[in-house]
Amino acid sequence: MSVLVAIPVLLPLGAAGLSMAFGRFADVQRWLGLLVLGVIVVDATVLLYIADAHAPLVLYLGGWAAPVGIALVADRLAALLLLISVVVMFAVLLYSIGQRITDYGRGTSSTTFHPIYLVLCAGVSLAYLTGDLFNLFVAFEIMLSASYVLITRRTTANRVRAGMTYTIVSLSSSVLFLTLIGLVYSATGTVNLADLAGETEKLPQAPATALALLMVIVFGVKSAMVPLHFWLPDSYPNAPAPITAIFAALLTKVGIYAMIRTQILVFDRGPSWRLMLVLALATMLVGALGALAQNDLNRLLSFLLVSHIGFMLFGLGVYDVAGLTGVILYIVHHITVQAALFLVSGLVTRYTGTVALSRMGGLVRISPLVAVLFALPALSLAGVPPFSGFVAKLALLQSGIGVGTGWAYAAAAGAVLTSLLTLYAVARVWTRVFWGRTRPPEGDPDPTDELVVGTGDTSRAMVHATGVLVCATVLVAVLAGPLAAVSERAAEDLISGEAYRTAVLEGGGVGG
Amino acid sequence: MSSVNLTMAIVLGGLYATGFYLLLQRSLMRVLLGIVILGHGANLLLQQAGGAPAGRPPMLGEAPVRLMSDPLPQAMALTAIVITFALTTFLLALAYRAWQLLGHDEVQDDVEDRRIRRLESELAEGESAENEQELDSEATR
Repeated sequence: MSVLVAIPVLLPLGAAGLSMAFGRFADVQRWLGLLVLGVIVVDATVLLYIADAHAPLVLYLGGWAAPVGIALVADRLAALLLLISVVVMFAVLLYSIGQRITDYGRGTSSTTFHPIYLVLCAGVSLAYLTGDLFNLFVAFEIMLSASYVLITRRTTANRVRAGMTYTIVSLSSSVLFLTLIGLVYSATGTVNLADLAGETEKLPQAPATALALLMVIVFGVKSAMVPLHFWLPDSYPNAPAPITAIFAALLTKVGIYAMIRTQILVFDRGPSWRLMLVLALATMLVGALGALAQNDLNRLLSFLLVSHIGFMLFGLGVYDVAGLTGVILYIVHHITVQAALFLVSGLVTRYTGTVALSRMGGLVRISPLVAVLFALPALSLAGVPPFSGFVAKLALLQSGIGVGTGWAYAAAAGAVLTSLLTLYAVARVWTRVFWGRTRPPEGDPDPTDELVVGTGDTSRAMVHATGVLVCATVLVAVLAGPLAAVSERAAEDLISGEAYRTAVLEGGGVGG
Repeated sequence: MSSVNLTMAIVLGGLYATGFYLLLQRSLMRVLLGIVILGHGANLLLQQAGGAPAGRPPMLGEAPVRLMSDPLPQAMALTAIVITFALTTFLLALAYRAWQLLGHDEVQDDVEDRRIRRLESELAEGESAENEQELDSEATR
């Protein structure tokens, strides 16, 4: 039974090797990728069911029990986020296969793309499932190494610049992560997350706070928290649409997940915790205001991504069951919505041949379907009532007002303001891109970079993949009831930490 | 908590300081060296995290437990060395590509960033009241 926990990590890694070997058989690579991700979707669903109905699934690697060996743990939070992430990865893979076939025909395939994409999947899964701080570092490195390769594929001058910024910033934060692990180990003598929870309680206040703050910085860089966000809008928009979509949807959210997991499980909330609300407020406002200044569609969406990271930090700053329920709902909503928006942006640039908003127009007459596909996730992102963003934002606002301190009120007001600014930003995109005079597509300035194409040629697979994601965002709103119930149970687990600790340390998990 | 030897603490501080200083430079080669030195610093720190080296191999029956060195930080440092080594190679390849494409190894500014900064200063000078028109003319220029 517990082998189910290993599948999301081992299967894509093995398949990546196989995919590399089948580099000359384009169709085999494509089916292999889709099959593997499909299997993991099923596996993650089973994991979520077991974790929710019974207890967390625990797998001790190599048979070494918890504080000594490495444990993989699938509790409610990890299983839920894994499921959503893999669904998004599946849709994005479908989109990029469609794009490749449209542009280059069926016969050829990039030898590296499929293996690296599977490695990225393994890294993301391991980051969700691992119960060990050092293993979390390894998971981040697997994920980031794959992303370095993906962001610098088909190197143009601009992409080398963006890739360089991205790689160096990520590497510096990884070095800080290593430093953190060294300090945590010398202070407590363990790197197992469940075990650390007990050990940090014995530490004096000062070193515990210092370690917690270093952790906020390490994961703050990875999750683009203001003032550590500067690298994101510079690097993400320079990758092809599907790659930007997967980065925007998953990488920052894995950072947030790591922050939630480590802060709540390992550390008690100290007096410095209200700092989190200040950071959340800054992240929301800087991101939203930055988005308004942009003329490049992808950069605008990247700034909105930064801004909505602030909402997740807000719930984390509130730090109670209601707040964390809101965060979990928000992550689920945001993973689907952000991926959908970047895929739609990919479709839009195929019709316009440019990413500059000022040179687009009248797309609603050329392709009404793309307009609908943009409108749904955009309204959801802004938190307009029937959509998923509204549900998640409402949960967060209620929790913030429930706390009732000055900073919580300020952050809640900031959240409302940010939602309005987001609405303004997407409305501006709407009027620029879809209304107005129809313009002929511009020629592709650089045919090798896959960034803007301008042929107006979209295959059905691309539109379907985007449609699947947009449906997923609507589904998140439709299923808001059960989803909120699962999120609330996951948040209760997080706050008490009891289920996680007994499952890992005392063998109380399924298959332990 | 384990204590750390003073010489090692000074060496570690020196490595981190040099690494971060180099990281802040404009030249890619220096940035790269900064990453390498920072990586060394972090690996040495991991080694130190196991406490003072006791010197005996951690094998049961070979030596009393208090004389054994802690194997876990060594295993972690070994993993970290492999990872930083691989990524340094990747960065070197990327720096070489940047040199091929750009002809120099300076870290570049983001063009779009610069454009938006210029827009702000132009607005401040009151050259145009209409933000949107400004964007248009900027983009078509």
